Amino acid sequence: MEFKELKKLLKKDYSRLPVIKIAVLADSASQLFCQALKGYGYTQGIHLDIWEADYDQIYPTVLDSDSALYTTAPHYVIIYQSSKKLLSSFYKNSLQQKKEFADKQIDFLKTIATTIGTRINTNIIIVNYAEINDAVFGNFANKIDSSFTYQLRKLNFALMNLAISRPDINICDLTAIQNSFGSNTIVSEKLYINTDNVLEIDALPVLVKNITAIILAYTGRFKKCLILDLDNTTWGGIIGDDGMEGIQIGDLGIGKAFTNFQKWVLQLKERGIILAVCSKNTAHIAKEPFEKHPDMVLKLEDIAVFIANWNNKADNIRHIQSILNIGFDAMVFLDDNPAEREIVRREIPEVTVPELPEDPADYLSFLYQENLFETTSFTEADSKRNEQYREEAGRAVLQQAFTNEAEFLESLEMTAEVKPIDKFTLPRAAQLTQRSNQFNLRTIRYTEEQLKALCNDKNIFTFTISLKDKFGDYGLISLLILKRTGKDQLFIDTWIMSCRVLKRNVEELALNQLIVLAQKEGCKTITGEFIPTAKNGLVKNHFDTLGFSAAGNNLWEMNVDFYEPKSNFIQIK
Amino acid sequence: MNTVSEILEQVNEIFRDVLDNNDIVVYEATTAEDIAEWDSLSHIQLVVAVEKHFKIRFTSSEINAFNNVGEMCEGIFKKQAAK
Repeated sequence: MEFKELKKLLKKDYSRLPVIKIAVLADSASQLFCQALKGYGYTQGIHLDIWEADYDQIYPTVLDSDSALYTTAPHYVIIYQSSKKLLSSFYKNSLQQKKEFADKQIDFLKTIATTIGTRINTNIIIVNYAEINDAVFGNFANKIDSSFTYQLRKLNFALMNLAISRPDINICDLTAIQNSFGSNTIVSEKLYINTDNVLEIDALPVLVKNITAIILAYTGRFKKCLILDLDNTTWGGIIGDDGMEGIQIGDLGIGKAFTNFQKWVLQLKERGIILAVCSKNTAHIAKEPFEKHPDMVLKLEDIAVFIANWNNKADNIRHIQSILNIGFDAMVFLDDNPAEREIVRREIPEVTVPELPEDPADYLSFLYQENLFETTSFTEADSKRNEQYREEAGRAVLQQAFTNEAEFLESLEMTAEVKPIDKFTLPRAAQLTQRSNQFNLRTIRYTEEQLKALCNDKNIFTFTISLKDKFGDYGLISLLILKRTGKDQLFIDTWIMSCRVLKRNVEELALNQLIVLAQKEGCKTITGEFIPTAKNGLVKNHFDTLGFSAAGNNLWEMNVDFYEPKSNFIQIK
Repeated sequence: MNTVSEILEQVNEIFRDVLDNNDIVVYEATTAEDIAEWDSLSHIQLVVAVEKHFKIRFTSSEINAFNNVGEMCEGIFKKQAAK
């Protein structure tokens, strides 16, 4: 993409797009950068409302508490310093100061980030520093700590540690862009000397694409699933024609390209990307290499949804989407066949369909540059995501085999564990109160400390429910907190359930347990309340459905004595 | 090899494209004063686009010496002749 294309987008109508406010602090000319950023935002359907600080005024702007930096309350603050400016201030230093240069610069960034962070609630994106080899020491620069090369690399490294230590700081990796495109392509000495613009005009789209990817990932727009074609994408050749012995994979010739590609895909899976296969093939033939070929890196259990048939690929991708229940815009589809790519692009424009290069040897370097899998977090749980979705896919396939809901639920062989919050379940219980928005009757948030205090109150009762079925373990998926509000009265303070277990009868099971508790405690009435929010419309009729009677003001009552236990298909352990 | 008038014609297209205005017509005597969209920011873009189109590189002092479109076209012509 060229800069001028982005600039033309500035004339478009932004009024209907969601607004994200940005502040840009730069030490070089940043007008073109801001134009490119805003234009790129348009291509992604967002209105980046950019406030640009005065030229080369990063520190004074941050210090000034009346600055528009604070009054405009930006969602993101971008700090964009050039290594050229850094180099000229480096040269002014004494030998001793040169050795401390990176430390000083990191302290400066810490001060800036802390000052911003204490004044406004925002995310800071720091563009890291492109490398400059000033050739003062030649290769010896690597062997001496007073060289610019040494200090700049140390600085970029320290910046990563700073970002690790502060959740509000993210790095836009300009060094990686430089690495990929080369200094001669992205840096223009002439533009810098004449206009104080550091980057070549047509390098700006790449930089702003990366910054926007970070912002989009923050707003929940990132890729969750990679859908692979098989023949000539995952392996060389055509399995249906060439057979197991004929396909190219492994150490020989072009096979190496496909092996390396699969290794990369496996890394994505371990990072939490869900893998799916969508191939025009006969299913058992397509699965054979996954099961038997010694050089296959990807195994059948790595693939959450495996679809091989002769249907239209767009229809198959719709099917994958319905099983995984994630947005089309969270999917990437890789296929070597331009015609298939075109069909999917035309029918489901939300799916990202990269224009894979013709030569499989170029697949990986191309995909590196595309930077498709931006994220803002990584936890160990992410690496197990594929497993969860694989379980989910198994359930979906099973459900299709049943026309009767009850038979399906029975075949799942569900077991539940119901118990009060304990020290092991406390963190997860608190997380449920903080994160659940949809199946949440009152949306009361609790910290671990607060929950712990509640557990020590003798008028408070808690339930946690963990669920398993024959496909796997859902873990702790529901939380109830009850409060005794009178001698024979119980009030439902909190009723939360993970949407992953909707339609599994967990609500019925919970209510049965609730009644048992009420009877044990001598309570006659249970009162529930629905507090509507923008996101919990799902449970608007929750109490009504379960047989509570309306008591006005979104309050609902259940008479314990007349309760008939609800049937369900979950065994309690 | 382009003549100066052919160059001027192509420069016109570059101006319209970069400044995103199909009504723009530049003549040899045209200066930045004459065209609303031609400011110091778009000037950089124009120079970069001209260099790319004609596959030439201006030096910094050459860029700063252009007083009007005609001088820019002269510059392009000389660079091409020297290739």
